[in-house]
Amino acid sequence: MSGREVVKSNSQLVQKEMISRNYDRITDGNHKVSSTFVPGNLNELLMCFDIANNLPEINAIQNAMRKKSGDMITEAERAGHSEDVCTYVKADIGMMAKGNIAPNGKPFPNPDILLLSYTGCFTFMKWFELLREQYKCPTVMLHVPYAADGTPTRNMRDYIVRQLKEDVIPALEKVSGVRFDIDRLREYLRKSAAAEDDMVWMLESTKHRPSPIDCYFGGVYYMGPIFTAFRGTDEAIEYYRLLRLEIQERIDKGLCAQTPEGDMPEERYRLVVEGPPNWTSFRDFWHMFYESGAVVVASSYTKVGGIYDYEGFRHDPDHPLETMADYCLGVYTNRSLPTRVDMLARNIREYDADGLLINSIKSCNSFSAGQLVMMREIERITGKPAAFIETDLVDPRYFSAANVKNRLESYFQMIDQKRRLGGSSAAGV
Amino acid sequence: MRTFIGIDLGSTTTKALLIDENETVLGRGITNSRSNYDVAAAVSKQEAKIGARFTLFHQALGSRGGAARLLSTLERNFRLEQFLSELGRLEETCMSYLDHPRFQGGKQALKESLSAVFRRIESEASDIYAPGASRKSDFFRDIAGSRFMNLAESASREAGISFETLLNIYDKSILEVESRVSPDETVARQFRNGLSRAFRETNGTDIAEAEAREALAKVLAIELEETYVVGTGYGRVRLPFPKEHIRSEILCHGLGAHMMFPGTRTVLDIGGQDTKGIQVDGNGIVTSFQMNDRCAAGCGRYLGYIADEMKIGLHELGPIAMKATKSVRINSTCTVFAGAELRDRLALGETRPDILAGLHRAIMLRAMSILSRSGGVTNEFTFTGGVAKNEAAVKELRQLIRENYGEMTINISPDSIYTGALGGASFARRAVIS
Repeated sequence: MSGREVVKSNSQLVQKEMISRNYDRITDGNHKVSSTFVPGNLNELLMCFDIANNLPEINAIQNAMRKKSGDMITEAERAGHSEDVCTYVKADIGMMAKGNIAPNGKPFPNPDILLLSYTGCFTFMKWFELLREQYKCPTVMLHVPYAADGTPTRNMRDYIVRQLKEDVIPALEKVSGVRFDIDRLREYLRKSAAAEDDMVWMLESTKHRPSPIDCYFGGVYYMGPIFTAFRGTDEAIEYYRLLRLEIQERIDKGLCAQTPEGDMPEERYRLVVEGPPNWTSFRDFWHMFYESGAVVVASSYTKVGGIYDYEGFRHDPDHPLETMADYCLGVYTNRSLPTRVDMLARNIREYDADGLLINSIKSCNSFSAGQLVMMREIERITGKPAAFIETDLVDPRYFSAANVKNRLESYFQMIDQKRRLGGSSAAGV
Repeated sequence: MRTFIGIDLGSTTTKALLIDENETVLGRGITNSRSNYDVAAAVSKQEAKIGARFTLFHQALGSRGGAARLLSTLERNFRLEQFLSELGRLEETCMSYLDHPRFQGGKQALKESLSAVFRRIESEASDIYAPGASRKSDFFRDIAGSRFMNLAESASREAGISFETLLNIYDKSILEVESRVSPDETVARQFRNGLSRAFRETNGTDIAEAEAREALAKVLAIELEETYVVGTGYGRVRLPFPKEHIRSEILCHGLGAHMMFPGTRTVLDIGGQDTKGIQVDGNGIVTSFQMNDRCAAGCGRYLGYIADEMKIGLHELGPIAMKATKSVRINSTCTVFAGAELRDRLALGETRPDILAGLHRAIMLRAMSILSRSGGVTNEFTFTGGVAKNEAAVKELRQLIRENYGEMTINISPDSIYTGALGGASFARRAVIS
């Protein structure tokens, strides 16, 4: 598929520059660097200490999309990591073993601090244990309690705020030599909220028919700035303003979703997708949707950093530490299965989708556990057909194009049958 | 007449099924997929048309005394004629290779050896297709191939030439012969010759030869118009027709199973490469499905590896497993480990039947897991695909269904291998006749 020319919009070009500027900042040797994970990250807080934000999952994704992760995983397996371990972890470990070169071609510096917001993924803890062993740098963990009953409680929030005050902020002060200024944090959070409004508008723009964008394959690009090192910056506000204008223009023109192949000619299926995408065959995977006229109108992966469109969360500059606690508590992997079911079922109804597709990730237990049970429940609640495919995050060995295509085509044809005949008369064509 | 054809391009075999406007099955055809789906589709389609002509001929003869016997004798003799034609083409092709400069020196000796081998096969042909004779396979490649191997070895020894060279010539030629589809005129000739042979063999039928000839001529004159063709199965994207003519094998198997057994609610299909659990509603519409991921553990191919490892035919696995006195526990249905698993158990002193019984159970345990993930098993349950022909696999399945879901109607059609093609043919018909 590499031979096809990629159609890129302005906002995508802007984002590309933003990402490359961030890698330059991480690797320029003039900034303290923190490694931290995407879900529930504390970017605004890191900014208060002038610490550059390096996100290992993003590095793994970048390497996968550049077809480099396969060798890195093999390298990690050679070092003794099992085939079943999360492939983000192995891509990261393998990258270190292969010289730790950033996507901009410069070596990554050793992190000055490992900041772990623990938000439902147990593997994150083990991952940072490995990194701590490697770098021998200070590690601070923010423990976010699991929202097992669906709704996070006041106690949970207080517990997080106390950790921020007593552990996280002092550790960041120590590493950076910068004193914490809560007003500076408020200012960043104000900017976060401004960008978040436009970002949520983007998420909801797919309620239009045809949907102007794809909120899974396209969505991972659109979510980039808010989930990474740009939340709280003017750049993010500008990016989402630009994106909103672009999407509005698409709506006005009645265009179908934007894809690397250009505008989708026809919207035939509207889907809600649960689970992360496959990164190693990302374009081939997207192409299978494109050629069938399938657009994803909502996906759980675009909520992986934090959830804005379920309970209306926005960062609140008037309650800076509390709002960060709420953000962490709301992360998708920190939510109970019934909450995830409710979220996806609501998406299907509100976005007028034809059904649910689950992309189950072989090496990601925090996403995959319970997905079949969720699927059955969502089918029952919505009465819409669902299907299940299996791939992996960044291990190219686990992507079987023929198998995925087979299941996808079967699913699309199943929707056709159901749509035409409602299962009430003889099977249609 | 208008006909509707479904072609199921499996990883091992390609099946075609032809129906008429009333959805009556007229003919079925099967061939090996030979990594060339275009040819496999054309061959299986021609075979289905041959089947249709038999059906139409049967209809023309009616149910008079001896009609059934005449038909079965004709069928056997038609296959013999077909075999001889193919054999002739194979010989011609082999001979044409001898013109290659590399055979310059030994051309004459090779020619004589090949000729001797082909004469022998030719003389054995009547026995291969004699009444009651059993054939391990009906594919020309398998029958001619095994005879050629046996005869060429002694022929090369006698002539003092290299067996490898004969084999090499055969390998190249069989590929070429296999890639040709018999034109309708050739098929018609085979029918006519087959009928003559049949009458020479048959006595005591109420049907006069002249009458049968006339009826056959009429049947052969009927144009079997390919009104709509639907392709499905593993190799469907390689089919030489537009995308609208392609249906997912999951939907085709669901609909095909429903057509064979209208009470079907759950379908298990185990093919060469895939295991699928499918749930259908009262109209044959798929409501849910699950299949194996990229790993083909526990699929038909796994049994193929086991058979290769044991140096026996695929069809022999089931009968051997049925002789088991106990079932050995097998931990891995991984195709890669199949040989190791087998040798491991043999080294521990287990018998082949007991090991094979265990292997069949392991495959079915994996199928049960896929079934339960697809939504469980609801009465009636239909088992399809090549593995449904394996009695040991069926026995284990019945037991596991009973243990896990209780007593249930379990449908297995003798034509289960054509389930996907039947669904495809029905989709083809529905594309034209609503």
